[in-house]
Amino acid sequence: MTEHNNTSPVLDVADLHIEFDTRHGALKAIDGVSLQIAPGEILGVVGESGAGKSLTGTAITGLLERPGRISGGEIRLEGQRIDNLSQDEMRRLRGRRIGAIFQDPLTSLNPLYTVGRQLIETIRTHLPMSKAQARKRAIELLAEVGLPAPETRIDQYPHQFSGGMRQRVVIALALCADPKLVIADEPTTALDVSVQAQIITMLKRLCRDHGTAVMLVTHDMGVIAEAADRVAVMYAGRLVEVGPVAEVVKSAKHPYTQGLMNSIPTVLHDVDRLEQIEGSMPRLTAIPPGCAFNPRCPHAFSRCRAERPDLMAAGEGAAACWLVEEDAAPASAARATADTLVEHQD
Amino acid sequence: MSTVTQRLNDDWRRFIDSDLFYSFRRSPITIVAFVVVVTLILAAILAPWIAPHDPFDVSTLSLLNSELPPAWVAGGDPAFLLGTDGQGRDVLSALLYGARISILVGLASVAFAMTLGVCLGLLAAYVGGTVDALIMRIADVMISFPPILVALLINGVARGVLPPEMQHDAVIFVLILAIGLTTWVQYARTVRGSTLVEKNREYVLAARVIGLRSRAIMAKHILPNVIGPILVVATVNLAIAILIEAALSFLGVGMPPTEPSLGTLIRIGNEFLFSGVWWVVIFPSAVLVLLVLSVNLLGDWLRDALNPKLR
Amino acid sequence: MIAFLIRRLLQGALVMLTVAFIAFSMFRFVGDPVTNMLPQDATLEQRTELQERLGLNDPLPLQFGHFVTNAVQGDFGISYRNQRPVSDLIAERLPATMEMVFAAVVLSLVIGIPMGVYTALRRDSWLSHLFQGLSLTGISVPTFVTGILLILVFSVWLNWLPSFGRGEVVEIGGWSTGLLTVSGLKALIMPVITLSLFQITLIMRLVRAEMLEVLKTDYIRFARARGLTNRVVNFGHALRNTLMPVITITGLQIGALIAFAIITETVFQWPGMGLLFMQAVSFVDIPVMSAYLVMVSLIFVVINTIVDMLYFVVDPRLRVDAGKNTTGA
Repeated sequence: MTEHNNTSPVLDVADLHIEFDTRHGALKAIDGVSLQIAPGEILGVVGESGAGKSLTGTAITGLLERPGRISGGEIRLEGQRIDNLSQDEMRRLRGRRIGAIFQDPLTSLNPLYTVGRQLIETIRTHLPMSKAQARKRAIELLAEVGLPAPETRIDQYPHQFSGGMRQRVVIALALCADPKLVIADEPTTALDVSVQAQIITMLKRLCRDHGTAVMLVTHDMGVIAEAADRVAVMYAGRLVEVGPVAEVVKSAKHPYTQGLMNSIPTVLHDVDRLEQIEGSMPRLTAIPPGCAFNPRCPHAFSRCRAERPDLMAAGEGAAACWLVEEDAAPASAARATADTLVEHQD
Repeated sequence: MSTVTQRLNDDWRRFIDSDLFYSFRRSPITIVAFVVVVTLILAAILAPWIAPHDPFDVSTLSLLNSELPPAWVAGGDPAFLLGTDGQGRDVLSALLYGARISILVGLASVAFAMTLGVCLGLLAAYVGGTVDALIMRIADVMISFPPILVALLINGVARGVLPPEMQHDAVIFVLILAIGLTTWVQYARTVRGSTLVEKNREYVLAARVIGLRSRAIMAKHILPNVIGPILVVATVNLAIAILIEAALSFLGVGMPPTEPSLGTLIRIGNEFLFSGVWWVVIFPSAVLVLLVLSVNLLGDWLRDALNPKLR
Repeated sequence: MIAFLIRRLLQGALVMLTVAFIAFSMFRFVGDPVTNMLPQDATLEQRTELQERLGLNDPLPLQFGHFVTNAVQGDFGISYRNQRPVSDLIAERLPATMEMVFAAVVLSLVIGIPMGVYTALRRDSWLSHLFQGLSLTGISVPTFVTGILLILVFSVWLNWLPSFGRGEVVEIGGWSTGLLTVSGLKALIMPVITLSLFQITLIMRLVRAEMLEVLKTDYIRFARARGLTNRVVNFGHALRNTLMPVITITGLQIGALIAFAIITETVFQWPGMGLLFMQAVSFVDIPVMSAYLVMVSLIFVVINTIVDMLYFVVDPRLRVDAGKNTTGA
């Protein structure tokens, strides 16, 4: 591992492109996404299903499966380039330096093995520990994620846990080797509303205690507002807006983000009725020229239909919209996100 | 799984499915299988006209011609392309007639099983309750026993019940009955499943509410829905039926040597095995395997083509 | 667990009773047992005497009761054909069939599972395509054709292996085994290959399909995301989950194997139950047919019950009583 400065980002994704090879040519699923996450920072990634947010997470963990492939850009973890690592090198890195949390805790655990066995095998894969040491660590981890009576529950099978408890186990598994970064893909979507907040709070506390950065992928702005430091909004495989959570929630720059905010029932907003964004996201085979959002955008003008906007600095964040050009000077896509919280140093 | 990959997977899969008919990678095999099946069926139908000899006309048989090897082997006679058996019968002609009977029994037992299965399936779904439970229980028991055993038992019982003088003429019907009774279950399950789904569709309920004859409407909707799956089951079962018939005939409880099917021919050939007369057994075996393999290939392709969700 | 066990045993008993009823009906109504059991020139007194002895004048339910009572004690009457107790005939033939079927099961698992795993993990390698093609051929080649081909090549042409019989057998406590002599083992080779060929292709296809399903599951993707090695993920996690349904099917297939053994035994003149049954079918020897049916069903029910038990051992979800194990989050 290279020496790195505390302020350099844990994760630096630069101009990422992902394509799917089909018989009828390559299909662009991710088109030039750049984002950074600082140590200990929680970055929320939002967007409709199909916007490419989970795909970005999958690519970072190196679990992208055929026919999908990274066709351009770089992914750096603590300064080390990881998108071109061999399968085995990537495997060593997963679980050790990047943890992952999946959407459905009910299906994330192997039903045939005890929770303890799954924890211990993960710990021992990454850390030089004896079985007894690993077991001790597993119990500590279970206690840390708020599982009551971890000494007895460690020997139980996944089906003996409720959904919320299972997600705690999944989080413990993700944190087994103290990774610097956790990719949490819709970690609360499959859970009861009453449990969601507990899990988010717990995740937030754990990451603060361990200094773990989190990429929190979700379509739920409520979760973002609750947990994230910054937010990245994705639409049709591109980043449309990035910024500190408070700013984005309060005064979104991109019309799509504004639409997203308006469509969410939240105490942060005083709205009489929820608005919906007209239409639906285009299929990857039929992305319109210019700004991908223009057919649905209430403010679209001729330039939006002809020219594609890149991220431009706006307020404390950045948005890919021609409307913000009047307020700010254009900035390069990669630079615009290197931003408020992170001082980039190459 | 991430929704994007999901959607892309679906798209991707749809491409494959729609390309199925045209796929150059798969089609050659399917086309070959299709050609083989059609050729064999045509040859079987036309056997009386295209066979070089009449294998059942005892007067034309000559022991002088017995156990002649195929024409291309030293000692072969060009008049008997694939050689002759121990009674001087032309193997090629016997093959053509044998395939005729094998295919006939196969098709007839599939038709019988299909009729029986479809009727029982519809009955179970329409009437429901005890009748449904009874039929499906019987189906469960039937399917848990190996088909060859069930067919053997039915065959044995039928031959025990029939008076001896009728047995010779009835044997082909006994075979069809035994194979049909063994293989109706899949049709019944398929039809019952589809019917139950349709039965609870809104338009049927709506029709019932306003007093229309829901059954007539259902029948109109069920038929197009089940025809695909039934066709797949029928194709796969044609291969199974031909195999069961061949097995029964090989075991000596099927078609008699006077009216041989492919299985009977293999049984006859098996007796010549140790005298080194391999052609009497190899050719019927090869035709049987070719026929079953081709039908299986067609069945595989049909399943993929008609039901994109199954792989 | 105990309640489940009792329920399974009751179900098994019910199946056996149904089978016994079919066997009884066959015995009672297919042909006339009296005519079949007596020589052609039997007198009327002999007939009435036998009718009385067989209890054929009793009411039917009572007759069925007798049949079941006798069957439970292993008494299936006298074979029409060779005038010997059916139970003796079956007992003589049982070891031959069981040894062959057992060897075939072992062989099909030992070859079929690795082939299935390989084709699932390396879907696009040429060897996988070869295995796939072979498996379709394997399903299309009838057992007896396989047997005949083997005999033609290895007995007739090469003269390496015997084409019929069990070779020398050794008696161990009433069980005659061919596993202890060289000629016995040699005789076993071709029948076992013949019998297992279809099973190998079946198990291979099943393992492949099942494994591909399992590899797509979330817990396998999550296991990869945890950084476990491919070996641990594929063999520690995926294979174990794959084998669950394979256990069931293998159990069910043992019944099918016993049935296929009828054909194999005919081809190789293997002195087992299948050959006995075939002779019985040819001569409409109903007591032997019904005894065989009952025996095979019994083996079937026993194996199915054992398979269900195995599920308890393998799947923790079944082991623990539901209800007292989930706690709220």
